Amino acid sequence: MRYSLLSLAANALRGHAGWRPAWRDAAPKAAYDAVVVGGGGHGLATAYYLARNHGLADVAVLEKGWIGSGNAGRNTTIIRSNYLLPGNSAFYELSMRLWEGLEADLNYNAMVSQRGVLNLFHSDAQRDAAVRRGNAMRLEGIDAELLSADEVRRALPFLNFDDARFPIRGGLRQRRGGTARHDAVVWGYARAASERGVDIVQNCEVTGILRDPAGAVAGVETSRGTIRAGKVGVAVAGHSSRVAAMAGLRLPIESHVLQAFVSEAIKPLLDTVVTFGAGHFYISQSDKGGLVFGGDIDGYNSYAQRGNLPTVEDVCEGGMALMPALGRVRVLRSWGGIMDMSMDGSPIIDATPVPGLFLNAGWCYGGFKATPASGHCFARLIATGTPEPAAAAYRLDRFLRGATIDEKGQGAQANLH
Amino acid sequence: MRIACPFCGSRDLREFSFLGDAGAAGAGLPGAGPGAGPGAGAEAGADAGPGAGPDADAGARAEAVYLRDNPAGRHRGLWYHEAGCRSWLAVTRDTRTHAIFAVELAREGAR
Repeated sequence: MRYSLLSLAANALRGHAGWRPAWRDAAPKAAYDAVVVGGGGHGLATAYYLARNHGLADVAVLEKGWIGSGNAGRNTTIIRSNYLLPGNSAFYELSMRLWEGLEADLNYNAMVSQRGVLNLFHSDAQRDAAVRRGNAMRLEGIDAELLSADEVRRALPFLNFDDARFPIRGGLRQRRGGTARHDAVVWGYARAASERGVDIVQNCEVTGILRDPAGAVAGVETSRGTIRAGKVGVAVAGHSSRVAAMAGLRLPIESHVLQAFVSEAIKPLLDTVVTFGAGHFYISQSDKGGLVFGGDIDGYNSYAQRGNLPTVEDVCEGGMALMPALGRVRVLRSWGGIMDMSMDGSPIIDATPVPGLFLNAGWCYGGFKATPASGHCFARLIATGTPEPAAAAYRLDRFLRGATIDEKGQGAQANLH
Repeated sequence: MRIACPFCGSRDLREFSFLGDAGAAGAGLPGAGPGAGPGAGAEAGADAGPGAGPDADAGARAEAVYLRDNPAGRHRGLWYHEAGCRSWLAVTRDTRTHAIFAVELAREGAR
């Protein structure tokens, strides 16, 4: 069923009794051309683009829980492409362009809101870094504007401008950045993939990877039986190491917990995404009115999907330093997600040494914004065996070659990226 | 999470900072055994005979620096008791529940 003003009006007249399920909850077949492991945003987007761009519709997405129950449902919904380094800029800008056309493409309201992303700076050195990044972005055809302290003050007068230690000196803004509704992204891709014939299989945990006598991938063992496929794409960020280990691979990844928070709903206050430059803190306001914010990962290996109090305190301190009014609202909820922290802070979209096994991993805590481009590029890799040019730097062997993409310059310290 | 430091007793998590996997990150510590991490990899490379080519050496080093076991379950990590006795500790912990099984001085664990 195509969603439109007409379909809405027609269903309103019939008491909304005519709506059909948005996507088909399929039972697994015995064999597919390709299987995507992981029913999050990246896995569902991969399946959608396999069907849409490459005519490969005999595809199953296998999800161990329900779709969108992992990191797709645990992020802070920010989209942006304000990256500095070659290898990152083109990829995240591809993602930004796909976001801009996503709702028309999927016929689904993903609530993409280009309300802007503003990175604040607090010193001369940080201003220099912001100018450099802004110029690098503009050279890549990405929008970037440098704002003076006065311009920031006019837009967001409630920030703490005259803090003795970290006064706000200005900011770098990407107007095209913003937010999107995470659950709607998952369901939009699921619906569009399902319409094109992709099987979405829930409660189906992959427990093993089948190999043929030559060593190539032959399918997967799952909690719902054996599924044969000549191509298997793994998009399970957070748990990539565990699935890769089923094929005997060790990855340059540690799993860490990242917490995020939402306050009680308040009237419209913050019409953009703001990041604090003197600590790790970022905040936006959801359409329901809650202030959505987060900061650093807890910093130790974890698969627990919950964090500890010192990080909660640290994030709230960052928030109070940036925006003292935050102290007057109550935190409504907090949650934790498991991040694939790669050793250079950048993702991996590549074939693996196991023929037929493809890997989409290492998203650190920046995976949500990458969802469309990740699916787009991973689908091309699975379908054709060759990488999309925009993702050609995200190779698994870049660590061996010394070609790491270290946007933060921290080296192989997973908990610092 | 609280960590039972051998010197200071049970202390709050905020007193500690985490370095990483004890196997991968432990090589720089005094007393770390061979093959324990990047530092050890470099030593092994320096000691390698003429049979080991530069590529094999680079591969072993890249593996030691970048690859991780990343287990869901028992994991041995290095923690620094920064706001306490400043000891390096090897903490064996369940990464699924954050339950701590054992805390020992990193130097002793490496022997």
